[in-house]
Amino acid sequence: MSKIREAFDHGKAFIAFITCGDPDPETTAAAVRSAVRCGADLIELGIPFSDPTAEGPVIQAASLRALQGGITTDKVFDLVRDLRRDVTVPMVFMTYANVIFSYGAERFLAACEETGIDGLILPDLPYEEKEEFLPFCRAHGVDLISLIAPTSENRIAMIAKEAEGFVYVVSSLGVTGMRSEIRTDLASIVEVIRQNTSVPCVIGFGISTPAQAAEMAAVSDGAIVGSAIVKILEKYGKEAPEHIGEYVRSMKDAMR
Amino acid sequence: MTNPRGRFGIHGGQYIPETLMNAVIELEAAYDHFKDDPAFNRELEELLNEYAGRPSRLYFAKKMTRDLGGARIYLKREDLNHTGAHKINNVLGQALLAKKMGKTRLIAETGAGQHGVATATAAALLDMECVVFMGQEDTVRQALNVYRMRLLGAEVIPVTTGTATLKDAVSEAMREWTSRIADTHYCLGSVMGPHPFPTIVRDFQAVISKEIKEQILEKEGRLPDAVLACVGGGSNAIGSFYHFIGDKNVRLIGCEAAGRGVDTFETAATIATGKPGIFHGMKSYFCQDEYGQIAPVYSISAGLDYPGIGPEHAHLYDTGRAEYVPVTDEEAVQAFEYLSRTEGIIPAIESAHAVAHAMKIAPGMDPEQIIVITVSGRGDKDCAAIARYRGEDIYE
Repeated sequence: MSKIREAFDHGKAFIAFITCGDPDPETTAAAVRSAVRCGADLIELGIPFSDPTAEGPVIQAASLRALQGGITTDKVFDLVRDLRRDVTVPMVFMTYANVIFSYGAERFLAACEETGIDGLILPDLPYEEKEEFLPFCRAHGVDLISLIAPTSENRIAMIAKEAEGFVYVVSSLGVTGMRSEIRTDLASIVEVIRQNTSVPCVIGFGISTPAQAAEMAAVSDGAIVGSAIVKILEKYGKEAPEHIGEYVRSMKDAMR
Repeated sequence: MTNPRGRFGIHGGQYIPETLMNAVIELEAAYDHFKDDPAFNRELEELLNEYAGRPSRLYFAKKMTRDLGGARIYLKREDLNHTGAHKINNVLGQALLAKKMGKTRLIAETGAGQHGVATATAAALLDMECVVFMGQEDTVRQALNVYRMRLLGAEVIPVTTGTATLKDAVSEAMREWTSRIADTHYCLGSVMGPHPFPTIVRDFQAVISKEIKEQILEKEGRLPDAVLACVGGGSNAIGSFYHFIGDKNVRLIGCEAAGRGVDTFETAATIATGKPGIFHGMKSYFCQDEYGQIAPVYSISAGLDYPGIGPEHAHLYDTGRAEYVPVTDEEAVQAFEYLSRTEGIIPAIESAHAVAHAMKIAPGMDPEQIIVITVSGRGDKDCAAIARYRGEDIYE
C-alpha cells in the first residue's frame, strides 16, 4: 500500500499544486508548509519544463519564472529534502517526460525514493508509453499516476485497472487553468473508474472556487488545484505563502 | 518494452496527453483505411496533379554543374508546386483525410509560413475552417506569408510564448487541439509529433523520391550518387530519401541549420548539437540543456528554426543510413545568391542550406557522378529578410 493512500484517510482530499522555484525555492518551501498547515492532504510539486504543452498561461508563466530564477532538477531534490524534515503528507511530482528522461530514469527515481517523493504525474506519458518509466518507479516504490480525460471513453477501464496511487481525472478538454464552469459528466466517468479500481479518484483542471471544490468532492475523492494557487504566487511573490494558507483553508472547509 | 507503435528504432512513439490519445488512434484507423482506398487515392492524385501541379520537374542544372566542375547536379523543383513549396503534398493528403473523417476545421503550426499557406489553401479549396499558429517572431520575418494566409481565409494567431518561433507554434497548436478535438484535425506540417503523424506525413511526401527515381532513371539510366535536402523537422528530406533508403549506394544527406555555427548557442542543428529526448509527442534528438530544458534555437531560416528532428531521421542517423551535416546562415545565404545568379532560380532560404552543402561536395566528385538537390520551396518570401541580412532595407 502506497503512502499516497494516507492523503485520503481523513475524508475528501485537497491536493495543492505548486511550481518549484517560483519565484525561488525558499518561497516554494514556505508555500508548501503553509498549505499543509491549513489542511492540504497531498502536495503536487511541479518541476518546471521549458515547453509545458499541457499547461495554460498561468502555469506556463510560473514555469518560466522558476527557470529564470535558476531552478534545476537537482535543486528541486534539495528542496524536497528540506521539506521532508517536517512535512509528512504525501508528495508527488508533476513534470514532463523529458525532465526525467534527460536526468536518467533510474537516477531520477532513485532520488525520488531517497528524498521522499511518493508519486509521479506526467501529462505527456499516456498509458501506451508508461513502460518508459514504470519499471524504475516500481523499483523505487514510487506510484506512476494515471490520468483520465473527458475523451478517454473506451480507455477508462483499461487505464483504471492498472492505476496506482490515485486516478487523476482531467475535468475538461484543453490545458490547465481556471474555468468558470465544468460541464463534463464527471460522475459517470468516476463511476466507470470505481468499477475497475479501488484506488482513490480525484478531479483536477479548472477548479478554483470553494463551490467548485465542493462540487468535485461530492462526485470523487478529492480535488486538485493548481493555477489558482500559482496565481496567488504570481500576485504576491515572496508574500504568497500566507495567502495560499488562507486559500487552502477555504477550499478544504468547502469540501468537508 | 515501450510502445512498439510508430517506432523507428528507439525513436517515435506517442508521448502526448491522454486527452489526445483517442484522437490519434482515430486518425491512425482512418489513415490505415484510406491509404489503400482506390477512390481516396484517385482523388488525392487528381488534386496533386491538376491543382498542385505535380509531378514537379527534375531539372539538370547545367550551369551550376559546369561552374562547380564535379558531379552532375539535378534540382528537384518542389518550388514549382502550387503555393511554392513541398508542403502542399502533405497538406492535400491530410486535408482530404480530415474531410473524410468528418472534420470541418484544420489547425496548423507554421515556421516560415509555407505550411500555413498550404493549409490555408487546402482549407479554402475544401471548404474547411482554418486556424494557423505562428511564432510572433516569425510573423515579422515572414510578413508576406501572414498576409497570404489571411487572404486565403485563415485566421493567423501569433504565438508569444517561449521563443515565439516554430516550437512554440507547435506547442500552441497542440494545446488548441487538446481543447477542441471533435471537429478539428491538427494538420501537422512535418514528419514529427506523435505517431501516426511521422508516418502519414512521410507517406504523403514520399511522392518526391518516387518521382526523382523515375525521372533520373529516364534521364540518366541510373540512380543518383547522393540526394541532398534541408532538414528542420525533416519532411522534404524524408520525402526525398524514402524510396532510396533500400538503395545502399545512394548517399542520403540531410542539411541542418547551423545558424551562426554549431559551436555557438545560436544554432538549430539538432543532430550536431542535440541529444536524445522526449518532446512534442516523440522520442528523438533535441537541442536541450543538461536538465532536459529545450534550447532556444536559432537559424536565419524560420522553417528550420526547430530544436528537434523527426524520429525516422533520428533512426536513419543512428543506423548510419543517412548523414546529417550543419550549414551556417552565411553559407545558406551565399547559396541563395549563387543559385539565383547561376540558374535563375531563387530557392527558399531553407532549401539553400541543401544547395550550400552541394556546393561543398560537388567539386570533389567525378563528372559521371550525380547529385540530386531538393529545392523544397521558392525564395520570394525570403527576399526582404536576406536583403536585411546583407544590410539593405527594402519594403515589400
